[in-house]
Amino acid sequence: MDINITINNKTIKAQTDLTLLENLLENGISIPTLCQMEGFTPTGACRMCVVEIDGEKKLKTACSTYPSEGMNIKTHSPRVIQARKKIVELLLADHPDDCLYCQRNGNCELQKLASDLHVRERNFPSHNTNKTRDLSGASIIRDPSKCILCGRCVRVCEELQSCTTLEFAHRGNETSIHTAFNQGINISSCINCGQCIMVCPTGALHEKNHLSGIQEALNNPDIKVVAQIDPGLPVSLSKTFNFKSGKDLSGLVIAALKKIGFDQVFDTSFATDLRLMEEAHLLKERLDNNAPGPMFSSDCPAWIKYAEQFTPEFLPQISSLKSPQQMLGTLLNRYWSKTQGLKPEEVYSVSIAPCTARKFEAQRDEMTYKGVSAVDAVLTTREFIEFLKINGIDILQMEDEQPDEPFSSRSSAAKITAVSGGGTEALVRMLYYLYENDNIDNFKIKQLRGFKNRKEYSIKMGNRNVNFAAVSGQRETKLLLDEIKNGRQDLDYVEAMACINGCICGGGQPIGNEDKYSKLRYKTLYDMDSKESIKESYKNPGVQRLYDALKANPGDEKLQDLFRTEYNKREVYL
Amino acid sequence: MKNKKELISLINENALNADNSMSNESKDMLSAMRKERISKPLITVSKNSSSIVSGSKKSHKAIQDYLEERAIDADLQFTGSLGLCTAEPVVSIQLPGMSRILFKNITAEKIISLLDSIFNHIVPHDDVLGQVRNNIHTNWQNVPFLDELDFFKTQQRNVLKNCGLITPEIDDYIAHNGYATFINVINRKTPDEVISVIKESKLRGRSGSGFFTGEKWDKTLQAGGVQKYVICNAVESDPGAFMERFIAESDPHRIIEGIAIAAYAVGAGKAYLYISFENKLAIERLNKAIQQAKELGLLGDNIFNSGYNLKLSLFVSPGAFVCGQETAMLNSIEGRRGIPSERPPYPTEKGLYGNPTLINNLETLANVPDIIQNGPKWFQQHGNANNTGTKVFSVAGKVNKNSVVEVPMGTTLQYIFHNVAGGTFEQKTIKAFLVGGPAGHVLPAEKANLPVDFDTLNEQDIRMGSGGLIIMNEDTCMLDISRYVTGFLQEESCGKCITCREGTQNMLNILKSISQRPEKDSENQTLERFKGVLSIESLAEVIRDTSLCGLGENAPNIVLDTLKYFRNEYEEHIFERKCDANVCRDLRTFYISVDDCVGCAACIDKCPKDAIFGLPKHPHFIVENRCTGCGLCYDACMFNAIYVKY
Repeated sequence: MDINITINNKTIKAQTDLTLLENLLENGISIPTLCQMEGFTPTGACRMCVVEIDGEKKLKTACSTYPSEGMNIKTHSPRVIQARKKIVELLLADHPDDCLYCQRNGNCELQKLASDLHVRERNFPSHNTNKTRDLSGASIIRDPSKCILCGRCVRVCEELQSCTTLEFAHRGNETSIHTAFNQGINISSCINCGQCIMVCPTGALHEKNHLSGIQEALNNPDIKVVAQIDPGLPVSLSKTFNFKSGKDLSGLVIAALKKIGFDQVFDTSFATDLRLMEEAHLLKERLDNNAPGPMFSSDCPAWIKYAEQFTPEFLPQISSLKSPQQMLGTLLNRYWSKTQGLKPEEVYSVSIAPCTARKFEAQRDEMTYKGVSAVDAVLTTREFIEFLKINGIDILQMEDEQPDEPFSSRSSAAKITAVSGGGTEALVRMLYYLYENDNIDNFKIKQLRGFKNRKEYSIKMGNRNVNFAAVSGQRETKLLLDEIKNGRQDLDYVEAMACINGCICGGGQPIGNEDKYSKLRYKTLYDMDSKESIKESYKNPGVQRLYDALKANPGDEKLQDLFRTEYNKREVYL
Repeated sequence: MKNKKELISLINENALNADNSMSNESKDMLSAMRKERISKPLITVSKNSSSIVSGSKKSHKAIQDYLEERAIDADLQFTGSLGLCTAEPVVSIQLPGMSRILFKNITAEKIISLLDSIFNHIVPHDDVLGQVRNNIHTNWQNVPFLDELDFFKTQQRNVLKNCGLITPEIDDYIAHNGYATFINVINRKTPDEVISVIKESKLRGRSGSGFFTGEKWDKTLQAGGVQKYVICNAVESDPGAFMERFIAESDPHRIIEGIAIAAYAVGAGKAYLYISFENKLAIERLNKAIQQAKELGLLGDNIFNSGYNLKLSLFVSPGAFVCGQETAMLNSIEGRRGIPSERPPYPTEKGLYGNPTLINNLETLANVPDIIQNGPKWFQQHGNANNTGTKVFSVAGKVNKNSVVEVPMGTTLQYIFHNVAGGTFEQKTIKAFLVGGPAGHVLPAEKANLPVDFDTLNEQDIRMGSGGLIIMNEDTCMLDISRYVTGFLQEESCGKCITCREGTQNMLNILKSISQRPEKDSENQTLERFKGVLSIESLAEVIRDTSLCGLGENAPNIVLDTLKYFRNEYEEHIFERKCDANVCRDLRTFYISVDDCVGCAACIDKCPKDAIFGLPKHPHFIVENRCTGCGLCYDACMFNAIYVKY
């Protein structure tokens, strides 16, 4: 319903089902916010968005107030501005003054607020105490002294990911955000998805940095440094390099890495194709045997950890295949190194992906063979951008290069696995081929596209209907698992991704304006899919060559040692 | 507990108001239960938190020993407290045929002489508090009646009428008409009728906001939904407030009856009594009371064949000041962190687990049974137009009678402090009052004629708070008080809003910098101190303007009020670096009078900072830079040679 309200002496139409803040934004009036997140229930914790409303004794937060007829609002009165400024001053008094050393220097919301509100003088003496950093995590580092307690990470962890790893503890000035029993994040229920990093306004949360290890390896002439690039990475750089439309920068990324000194650069999409072929065979076998319950995807390491700690009863149904990153890592470690006459430890393998959970995955016990990790270091998109800067690379000056053989070719199906639903779509194409020995008529599966947290699709293959579901975000996954626990039986395959919309919104992506850029990434990937000719994984020539070289067929038992693993129940502090 | 059946029939007969038609058997039982005739001596010892700290447990033990040693057959019971904390422990003795006589400050060592004399019908007049007036028993000679005492004469005790006189057991409560109203209500009245009585009585929430209780009940009744809840808010974590704990310890069944009536009126099937874990004794008594009520079928399914079901459970809060705020309380019952959330929606529409929830203060609910029983007119005879009834206050601080008192609404502060609580200590002048606990307001002594009721205080922009009154005299440093209160609020801030969490911390830092001597009085610190002083007022205003809940909103009250009324004290601390009340220890400096010092070196031995020098038998002196103002030397000097430097 539309009503009239007065904002800064100007009458505008407002919608009663939107908060005051949303109404203001629609009318082009911006007011600072800190704890507010789109799509989440407002908590009104930061008080940054206060406005003056006629007839109210106190200032009111715009994020949690709804407009009413005839409301008279002042968004930038002296009283409001003084309050906002004081709030920032108060925050700064309890914040370490080490911006120059901070990860988020230049990209920090607190810094921006201080500058926007012209806080140029220290009115309150600093009383920040150095709190211990939590360095125990394989993916995520917490620095409580930089935390301004806006509670965004707490809400994301609870409302979006259903993990509730982070929660407020204590009172007064001792309030802080803790993991369970304030133990290290490594033994907490954290699934390393990194969504908390994406919403943190300051540098209180960031990924564990792997840059120095890579630098060291590059300095060592005895070591071959190889890289693999995740399908989602090259489309995630448009914001950083100021492209208006999305673009796949694979060629430039490869060229840049070569310039930095990487010996070989491969494409993780190759392993994705390989994995899709294996997965299709596994699923067909399962369907033919009429095994009960759906099979779950296993390419998202965050989902795997979630299942290990919260729903271990589903572990036997999770596909036993490793994730593409680990498959390629294993191949590099145990197959490619032999062909090159290298010992496994002489290969330093780096994966570059828009994901923080892959850092955790790379260091898992299961992913180590004879003491050598399949993947030695994982860079997030953010770290990769830093890495380019350190090495003085202007990526736009590069010329496209192709990934190195033998792991270079890919289908466009492998590319779209970076989007939630894309993995299922690619798998459907592959499975259809297995059943019908023909390509699917229309490669675009509408039901599996779009920005929904859950997509379901059913198709007739052979003489039966096969039902697929693709879920993203652990909350949605949890809801689906609850349905299955309560007796839902129709599903045959579930693709679970921990981050909403999949890897294009991963926890390792550049911070800020997620929504707009994730749409660009999405569009780029599906455009590529419709333009390119190889749309099914089995058509990938490199994969065929690899099977020939390994003297095996897809789904063979003898590949088990190389490509498969198993996961067990994990005990964590809940 | 006596025979269940008898008690149940007694309640039923009471509910029918059938005093006249009561069978002789029941009359006998009632009179026995009311201790109107007893066959052996009855001794009671007050046992609640304030009496236990005064040693009533030891007195109880001493009486037991006394009776055992001499093989005297007497009943020994414990009661709640009268509310006069300075008289604790109170022992009452009722000899057969004689009226009940109460003695004050009966510690264990006084027991033998007291009992020896009283059993010989000799009254130790120094220890007497008073005797209970009635027509049945022979009165003691020369012993004042309780209702003649200043403390009781000046009060109007409705909610507190049973406190200290009956035991917290269900028998005693039933003997004094307990639960009759509730049973009458569920059997013979509709919820609408109950609510209209409450509405007419103009009862207002006793927790401080003064919302009309009847309207709140009506809203909850009108709100849709099958499941509704009633929560009795008994969180009372303010320093210096103890009336809710006091009522819960002394008369727990009255609260349960009030909750039950409210739950019936709004159609709730489940009620919670939310209380802080610190109130151990109150929790114990309430738990027992709930258990007893369940056993008699006063709680549970199909209560007294009325078809009405009510479950009541005690929710022991982890104990945070902010959990008294209703939304924080709801979060905490739901198992979340006890932090306030935004209103609206109000709990009456969307409360516990999203269902309509009535939240009332303990004292409000304790008023309910009597209002229903005696009618709105009876309630309105006290107080004024829109502020009806009585209000319970706890009076503490530098006052002669630390006590829980009940006076009609609109009574002046002067009356409460002076006439009821006996004023401040001799030869001292009252300086200020703290009304409504730490989040309340400070009023200077000149405002003592302010009537305490919702409307008058609202006009002055003051919240009544839950009813904690603290009196301060010239020995109180207002800066020290605001530092203490701000520190308390800082520790109790839930940490959600930046302004409350960080703002109170900074306010506290500023107050500390004023009231303490800096470690190094370097230029920078002096500058920061002055900067802080300059900004404290605007900071306080921002905190009040922007905080989410009442705690944050009222956190700066004390600073703003003391700045308003006692600015001179701030100035004295800032500019002259001294504290007139001699409280801010860090600002004190001492000197040794050359004339008085005999050179005994006692102070040298005591000084922890080696700040005192001097040869034996020669006057000593204090090095000011080293002195931290701890005052140990001052206490150690036997010749009064050490003086505070003003």
